[in-house]
Amino acid sequence: MKFSLLLPLPLVLLATFALAQPPAENPVSAPAAAAPQAAVPIQSGGPSTPRKFELPPETGTYRPGDGVAMAQALCLTCHSTEYCEMQPPLPAKYWEATVKKMKEKFGATLPDESIAPLVKYLSTAYGKKE
Amino acid sequence: MASAAVATHSRAGEASVELPFANGHRRLVTFPGKRPLILLTHRPPQLETPFSVFNEGLITPNDAFFVRYHLAALPTEIDPAAFRLEVKGLVKTPLSLSLDELKKMESVEVTAVNQCSGNSRGFFNPRVSGGQLANGAMGNAKWRGVRLKDVLTKAGVAEGARQVVCDGLDKGVAPATPDFVKALEIDHALDGEIIIAWEMNGEELPWLNGYPLRLVVPGHYGTYWVKHLNSLTVINDAFPGFWMASGYRIPDTAGGCVEPGTVPGKTVPIQKFKIRSFLTSLTDGATLPAGRPATLRGIAFDSGNGLTEVQVSFDGGHRWQSADLGADAGRYSFREWKYNWTPTTAGPVEIRCRAFNRIGETQAMEPLWNPAGYMRNVVETTKVTVA
Repeated sequence: MKFSLLLPLPLVLLATFALAQPPAENPVSAPAAAAPQAAVPIQSGGPSTPRKFELPPETGTYRPGDGVAMAQALCLTCHSTEYCEMQPPLPAKYWEATVKKMKEKFGATLPDESIAPLVKYLSTAYGKKE
Repeated sequence: MASAAVATHSRAGEASVELPFANGHRRLVTFPGKRPLILLTHRPPQLETPFSVFNEGLITPNDAFFVRYHLAALPTEIDPAAFRLEVKGLVKTPLSLSLDELKKMESVEVTAVNQCSGNSRGFFNPRVSGGQLANGAMGNAKWRGVRLKDVLTKAGVAEGARQVVCDGLDKGVAPATPDFVKALEIDHALDGEIIIAWEMNGEELPWLNGYPLRLVVPGHYGTYWVKHLNSLTVINDAFPGFWMASGYRIPDTAGGCVEPGTVPGKTVPIQKFKIRSFLTSLTDGATLPAGRPATLRGIAFDSGNGLTEVQVSFDGGHRWQSADLGADAGRYSFREWKYNWTPTTAGPVEIRCRAFNRIGETQAMEPLWNPAGYMRNVVETTKVTVA
C-alpha cells in the first residue's frame, strides 16, 4: 500500500527506533525503520550501550463536545483517543460501565464528581444515537 | 471479509483503510521498526497487519507483525548488558540470567503463529466493545530462544509448584493499574513447547514485539506471549492477578461461546487457538473472468494438532472441494493451501474455505459468540464476481 509519512520528518527522526550499534562479536540485523536511523548516543567508557525507544507523537484528538476538556485532562493520562474513536456505536450504559471500569478495575484517578460528566460527554460524542 | 479493506488517501496525503464494519475507518501509521500498519490505538500501541501481507508469504515480516500492548508505560530504555531474567519463587536455586547466559544455553527454533485473542472482534454480531480488529492481529514467525522448561529446570522447580507467573517490563501509568502479568500451568510450562525467544525471523526481536525477550507459547492465544519478559515466579496456587482472574476469560462451555447477547455463567482463562483458514489471494469485490483458470491461495492454522485438509466451496457451503496443502513448516505454523478454480458461469460467487485437523476440529458456518469477542473462527466468505 502506498502511504505518506504522517509527521514532519524531524519528528519522525526524533521518534525513530534509536538502535545502539551492536557489539561486533554479536552482529544482529536492525529492524527495518521507516526513516533513517537517528543518531545514537554511545556511552563512552561503559561496557554497555542501552537501547532506546520512543513512540511517535500522538495525533488523535477527542471529538468536540461538552466535557471534552475533562476527557483530555483525565483519560489521556493512560491512553490515547482511539480507544473511544474505534468503538462501534454503543449505548450510554456501555460508556458508563467503561468509565467505572477505568476507575474501579484499572485504577484511573477519576474523581467521583467526574464520572457523570465523562459518561455524558462520551455517550454524546461517541455513543449510539438513542 | 476483512481483506476487503481498501486503502485510500485523505487529508494531507494520509493513508487510511476502511475495515468492513461500522466505524471501521483506520489510519495507516508508521511506528519505529514497523512499516505502515493499521492504527488501532496509538498509546499503548496496538497495530494491525494489513491483510494483504498474508498473501505475500507464510512468514509475516517483522516490520509487518501486529503489535498489542495493554498498558502505556512500556519500556523506553533497555541495556542489553544489564538486562536480567529473574527466576524465583518455588525454585531450589533462584536465578538472575543475563542475555549472554541465556544465549549460551541450548537454543531451539519454532515456526509458530501468534494470534490476538480478540483477532476479528470487529466482525462480532452483536458488536462487542474492545479492540475493533479485522483479521490482521495474527502473524507467523520463526522464533529462536531457549526452552522455558530448560530455564525452570536449571533453577529446579520445587515441590508443590502449580503455576509460573510471567511478567515483563511494561506496566500501567497509574500506580493502581494492574500490571500485565500472566500465569502458565506448571505442566504446560514444563512440556518443552514454550520458548523464551530473543530472535524473530533471524533478527533480534523488534522492540514493539518484546525486545529483548518474549514468551512464545505455540498454539496459544497471544495474551500468554509476554513481551519484554524479565520475571518468572513459580507459585503453589492459582495466580489471582487481574489479567488472569478478570481479563482474558471465556465462557466455560464447549465452544467457549454463549447465545449472542447473553452473559456467561462460569468462565475460564482463554487457552488454545481455534482452527482457522483464510482465502488470501482474492478479496471482497474482486472480479474474475469466466472460463479462465485461477489459482486460489490461502492460509490455515490450528493449535498444533496438525492440519489434515482445507476445503473450498462456491455454492454456499453445500458442496466442498479439497484444496492442495503446501509444505508442512511445523504444526504451529501457517500452512499454505491452493485450489485451481475455473469459474464457468457469470455472476456473483461466494467463496468459502474451511480447515480440518487430526482431531476432527473444523470451522462452523455460523459464527460463535462470546461477550469479549474472542476466538472467532467462523468459515470465512469472500464475495467475488465472475464476468
